Amino acid sequence: MSLKPTHDLHRRRFGRNLGLGLVLVAFVAIVFGLTVAKVTNENFVIPSAEELK
Amino acid sequence: MTDASINTQAKGFEGDAGFGDYFALLKPRVMSLVVFTALVGLLAAPGSVHPIIGFSAILFIAVGGGASGALNMWWDADIDRIMRRTQSRPIPSGRIAPGEALYFGLTLSVFSVVMLALATNLLAGALLAFTIFFYVVVYSMWLKRSTPQNIVIGGLAGAFPPLIGWVAVTGQMAVEPWLMVALIFMWTPPHFWALALFMRTDYDDAGVPMLTVTHGRRATRVHILVYTLLLAGLAVAAGFTSIGGPVYLLVSAVLNLMFVAGAVRIWRRDEVMSEADNFAVEKSFFKLSLLYLFLHFGAVLAEALLKPYGLGGWG
Repeated sequence: MSLKPTHDLHRRRFGRNLGLGLVLVAFVAIVFGLTVAKVTNENFVIPSAEELK
Repeated sequence: MTDASINTQAKGFEGDAGFGDYFALLKPRVMSLVVFTALVGLLAAPGSVHPIIGFSAILFIAVGGGASGALNMWWDADIDRIMRRTQSRPIPSGRIAPGEALYFGLTLSVFSVVMLALATNLLAGALLAFTIFFYVVVYSMWLKRSTPQNIVIGGLAGAFPPLIGWVAVTGQMAVEPWLMVALIFMWTPPHFWALALFMRTDYDDAGVPMLTVTHGRRATRVHILVYTLLLAGLAVAAGFTSIGGPVYLLVSAVLNLMFVAGAVRIWRRDEVMSEADNFAVEKSFFKLSLLYLFLHFGAVLAEALLKPYGLGGWG
C-alpha cells in the first residue's frame, strides 16, 4: 500500500490539533498556578471538617 | 458566484478550519483593546492581587470578549458576506460553519465567566456575563439592525473591560472605573462614524441602519463633531479626578486638541472634498482615534504606577 503525500488538509488539521493541545496544557498550568496563588494567600483558611459537613 | 468563492465554500464543507481561523473568530484586534483597558483598570485599582490571579483575570476577560466576538460573527454572518470589510471573516469565507462558531462562542462565554468568578470574585464574573450579553443580545441582535443609535448604546459593551479589571481586584464598584467606562463609551461613536464615512456603501448594502444611511453623511459629520466635543470635555475633566494627574492632563489636553481639530475638519468637508482625496481626513481621524484611546489609558496607567513613588495623581 503506497503512502499518500501529505495534503494541505492534514497540515491544517495538525496545526489545529497542536494549537488545541497547547491551549489545554496552558489551561492546566493556569489552574495549577491559580491554586498555588490561592492556597498560599495569607487569608486562606482550610475549612474544618464540621464546616464541610 | 466566482470560482474563488466556490473553492472557499468547498473547503468549508471539508471542515478543515485551521487553528488561526478559530482565533480569528475571537476578533483579536478588538481583544487587544479589551486586554489593554482591562489591564489599566486592574492596575489602577487600589490594592493588589497575586500576579497569577491578575494575569488570569485579564486572560479570562479577553476570552470573554473573544467569545462575544465569535457570537457576533455567528449572528452577523449574513451581513458579513455583503460588506467588503468583513467578507474574509471565517464564516462568510466558508472556513467555519455558523453552528460551529455558535457552540464555540457559547462554550467560551460560559468558560470565561465561570473561570473569572473562580479566579477573582462573583461580581467580576457577573459583570463579564453582562458584557457578553449586552454585546451579543442587546447590540448585535437588537440595536445593530434596528436603530442608528446602535453604536451609541452598543458601545457600552466595549466600555466595560476596565470596570471588570478594577472589580477583579477590589470586589466592589467605585466611581473611578466608571469614568474609564464613560471615556470609552463617548469615544466609540465618533470612532465608528468616521469608519462609516469612508467605508462608503458597505453598511448601506448590508442594510445596517448606520447614521450615514438613515440620516445622511452631513448629519454624521455633525454628530462626529458634537460627540467629539462632549468626549473632549469628559476626557479633560477626568484629569482632575483621582484617575488623573499632571501627566494625564498634559496628554489629554494635547490629544483632545488634535481630536477636536480633526472633527472640525470632518465637519467642514463635504462629499466632493472627501472623494477628491479619498477620505484622507476621515481616515486620519479614525487612526488618531485609536491612538487617542490608547494614550489616554496609557496616561491613567502612568498615573497609577507613579502613585507609589508619590509622583502620580494630584498628591
